[in-house]
Amino acid sequence: MSVTIPSSTRIPDRVWPDQNQGAPDYLRNSRGIMSWIYTLDHKRIGVMYLCGILASFLLGGIMAILVRTELLTPGPTVMTADTYNHMFTLHGAIMTFLFIIPSIPAALGNFILPMMLGAKDVAFPRMNLASWYLWVFGAVFLIGSMALNGLDTGWTFYTPYSTTTNSSVIAATLGVFILGFSSIFTGINFIATVHTMRPKGMTWFRMPLFLWSLYSTAIIQVLATPVLGITLLLLIAERALGIGVFDPELGGDPVLYQHFFWFYSHPAVYIMILPAMGLISELISTFSRTPIFGYRFMCYSAVAIAFLGFLVWGHHMFTSESPMAAVIFSALTFSVSIPSGIKIFNWLATLYRGSISLTTPMCFALSFMLLFTIGGLTGLFLGALATDIHLHDTYFVVAHFHYVMMGGTLMAFLGGLFYWWPKLFGKMYSEFWGRISCFIIFVGFNWTFFPQFLLGYQGMPRRYFNYEEKYQFLHVTSSTGAFFMGIGLFISAGVLIHSLLKGRRAPDNPWGAATLEWQTSSPPPLHNFTDDPIVTEPYAVAEFELEPDTGNYIRTEEAQPRNQLVETSP
Amino acid sequence: MIAGAEHSTHAVAGSSTHASPFRAHHFETAEQQSAAARLGMWLFLVTEILFFGGLFVAYAVFRTLHPDVFVNSAALLDTTLGGINTVVLLFSSLTMAWAVRCSQLGQQRGLVLCLSLTIAAATLFLCVKGIEYYHKIEEGHLWVSQYGDATDLGTFNREGTFFSVYFAMTGLHAIHIIAGIGAITWLLVRSLRGHFSPQYYTPVDVVGLYWHLVDLVWIFLFPLLYLVG
Amino acid sequence: MSARPQARQAHGHHVSSVSQLIGIFVALLVLTGITIAASRFDFGEFDVWVALGIAGVKAFLVAAYYMHLRYDHPLHPALLVFSVLIVVLFLGVSLSDVLQLLPEVEAAPN
Repeated sequence: MSVTIPSSTRIPDRVWPDQNQGAPDYLRNSRGIMSWIYTLDHKRIGVMYLCGILASFLLGGIMAILVRTELLTPGPTVMTADTYNHMFTLHGAIMTFLFIIPSIPAALGNFILPMMLGAKDVAFPRMNLASWYLWVFGAVFLIGSMALNGLDTGWTFYTPYSTTTNSSVIAATLGVFILGFSSIFTGINFIATVHTMRPKGMTWFRMPLFLWSLYSTAIIQVLATPVLGITLLLLIAERALGIGVFDPELGGDPVLYQHFFWFYSHPAVYIMILPAMGLISELISTFSRTPIFGYRFMCYSAVAIAFLGFLVWGHHMFTSESPMAAVIFSALTFSVSIPSGIKIFNWLATLYRGSISLTTPMCFALSFMLLFTIGGLTGLFLGALATDIHLHDTYFVVAHFHYVMMGGTLMAFLGGLFYWWPKLFGKMYSEFWGRISCFIIFVGFNWTFFPQFLLGYQGMPRRYFNYEEKYQFLHVTSSTGAFFMGIGLFISAGVLIHSLLKGRRAPDNPWGAATLEWQTSSPPPLHNFTDDPIVTEPYAVAEFELEPDTGNYIRTEEAQPRNQLVETSP
Repeated sequence: MIAGAEHSTHAVAGSSTHASPFRAHHFETAEQQSAAARLGMWLFLVTEILFFGGLFVAYAVFRTLHPDVFVNSAALLDTTLGGINTVVLLFSSLTMAWAVRCSQLGQQRGLVLCLSLTIAAATLFLCVKGIEYYHKIEEGHLWVSQYGDATDLGTFNREGTFFSVYFAMTGLHAIHIIAGIGAITWLLVRSLRGHFSPQYYTPVDVVGLYWHLVDLVWIFLFPLLYLVG
Repeated sequence: MSARPQARQAHGHHVSSVSQLIGIFVALLVLTGITIAASRFDFGEFDVWVALGIAGVKAFLVAAYYMHLRYDHPLHPALLVFSVLIVVLFLGVSLSDVLQLLPEVEAAPN
C-alpha cells in the first residue's frame, strides 16, 4: 500500500479541449426554463433532483443547528418547548424523506445509472420526470405543514399521539405519502432499466457495484414503500374519517402501527445506506488504482442486505413487542452485520493492495469507512436485547443513527458528488479546499456525535427539551461540534460553487476510472455517448494511464488488444 | 461474451425492426420497449400487492383478536350485492383479456367493443358499491365514535373495528377501479384513433395486467368480508 | 439470467383463444358459486381456509391465463410469488406478535 497526496503538479499544462466536436452537451443542447421543466433527459432530471435535495439539506441543516443551539442550556435558550418539538420533528422528516432517501439514488443515481450501464436513458423517462414532480409536491406538503400548524410527532408519526395532536399531521403524512410514490417510481425505473436496457457485453457480473447497490435499493423501494403508503393512508383516514385501526380510543392497535411503520422504515434504512456502500466501492477502487477485492461477494452482499433488511423491523420495538418476537428479531439483526462486515473487509483488502491517492472523494470515502464502522458496531449494542433496554430512546440511539445515516450516507453522498462533479458540470474544483472541507466535516462530525454516545449511556433521553445540569457539558460540546461541522459543509459548498464559476475544464476521465460514464465527454452529450462505449470489466483501472499534460486518463496501448481479445471470444 | 464494439447504441429509428411511430428513441427495438413496459407494470403490481397487503395484515390481526365480531358484523353486509359485484368484475376481466386478444390480432371493432364493455362493467360495479356504501353510511357504520368509547372496553361495540377495515379495504379498491376506468378510457380513445396494431399493443397489454390485479384483490376481498359468517 | 430477457419472447407473445378466455370465465363463475355455497356450511375454524383456498384457485386462473403468466417471461410470475411471500412474512410475524401480547393485554386492568 502506498499513499500519495495529489498536489498541484496534477494540474495539466494545457487546457482540456472541447471534446464534443461542436455537438452541445446536455446542459447546452437546449435553452430556456421550459427545456428544463419538460425535460425527459435523465441527466437534467438528476440535476434538478440534486438542487432540490441540496435545498432540503440546507433547510434540515438549519433546523439541526437551531435544535443544537436550543440544547446549549437546560430550559428555554432560544425557543419554546413547542417550537423545539416542531424543529426536531421537521429536521428528522426533512432529512429522512426529502434528503437522505432520494440523495444518492434519485440525484446521483438518476444521472449516473444509465451512463454507467451504457444506455441512452432510463427505461421510462416520463415516469422519471413524474417522480421528480411528485418529489416537489411531497416537499411542498411536508414543508407546508410547517406553515400551517407545524408538526410535533417526531418523524415516526407514532399513534395515538399523531391521531390526537392538533398539529398538521394530515398535510405532513400526505407529503410523505406522495414522496413514497416518487421513490417507488424511481425504483421501478431502475429495476426495469437494469433488466432491459443493458447493451451487449454488459452482463450482470460486469455491472459496477454502484449499479448492484442501486438495483438492490430499488428492490427495497418497490417492496417496502407501499407499506408506508398504506400506513399513512390509514393514519389520514383515521384522523379525517374517524375509522379506527391504530388509535386505541377508536378500538385500534397502536403496536400494529409500529409494525406497519417499521416494516417500511427499517428497510428504508437500507434504502439510505446501500447506495452509499456501492458508491464507496467505486471510490475505493478508482483511487486505490486496483480492482475491488471480492467483486462477486460485494454483489451478493448488496442483495443479501436488501433481503435481510426485511426481516429485522421488529428491533425498533423491543420495548413494545412480545418477548418472543424480540428474541427472534434480535437474532436476525445480528445477521445483517455479516454482509456489512464483508463489505468493510473487502474495502480494506482493496486499500491494502492499492496505491492510494488522497483526493477529495477518497477522503470522504475513508471518512465513510471509519464512521460507518463505528455506527455499525454501536448498532450491535442496540441489537442486543439486554443493552437495548438500557439504551432505548436515549441519545445513544441518536448518535448511532447519525453515525450510520450522516457519517455513512452523507459522507458517501458528498464523496460521490465530488467524484462525479467533473462529469456533471465539466468543471474541476480545488483539491486543496475540498480536502480541507472534508477534514473539517469529519472532525466536526465526531465532535458533535461522539459526546452523544456518552450522553445516551448516562441516560439522557432523546427528543427532550430540558435536561439535568450534569448533562450540560456534553451538550455544549456536541453543539460546538455541530457549528464547526456547519462551517465545513459551507466550505464544501463554496468549493463546488467556485468551480462552476472559475474551475478549469474537466477532462473526460480525470480519475482514471474504468466504468462507462467516464468514456464519454464531461459533461456528456444529450444521448450520453457519441461513440458506443467499450464494455470491459468494471474495475480494470490498471488499463488506464494518466496523460500528464491534459490531466486525462486514457486506455493504454498495451491494454487495447487484450481488451479486444476479450470482446471477440464467445 | 460479445462486448459492445459492433453493437449500435444509436440505431436510427426503424432501421432494426419494423418501425412503430410509438417507439421511444432510447429503445433499440419494439420488443425491448414492450419488455420494459411489461416488467415495469409487473413491478408496479408488486407495489400494489404490498399496498393492499398492509390492509390484509390489519384484517388478519383484528379478525384474530375479535373473531366473533367479524362473524357477526359480516352478516350485516349484503351478500347478494357482493356476489353480483363479483360476477360483474369477473366479466370485466373477461372483456379486458379479450380486448388484449383483439389488439394482438388487429381486430379494431372488437377492441373498441371489449374496452367499452369493460368500462361499462366497471361503472356498474361502482354503482352497486355506491348503493352498499349508502346503506352502511346511513346506518352509521362509517363513524366509529357511535360505537361508544373504546377506552372503556366494557361498553365499546367492536363492530366499529370491522367496519373500519371494511371501508378501508373496499374504499381503496374502489379508488383503484376509478383509476382503472380512467386508464381504459384512455385506451378506448387511442384505439378509436387507430393507434394499436399487432405490432404495437403494449398499452392495452399492461393496462390489462393492472385491471386483472384489481380483480384479483376483489377475489380475496369478497369471501373475507362478505362470507366469513 | 440472460442479458437480453426479451430476446426469447420476441414476437412470441401468447394470444389467448376465445374458448380459453370463456372457459376460464365459466370456471371463475363456478368457483364463485362454490365459495358462496361453502360459506353456508360451518367448517368451524377452517371456514376461512376453505374461502382462501377457493380464492387462491381463482387467483391462479386469472394470473396464469388472463395475465398470461403461464406463457410469460419467468421473472414475472417470480415477482408475483415473491411479493405474496413478503406479505405472508409481514402478516405472519405481526400476527404472532399480537397473539403473544394478547394474554398481557387481557390481564391488564381496564
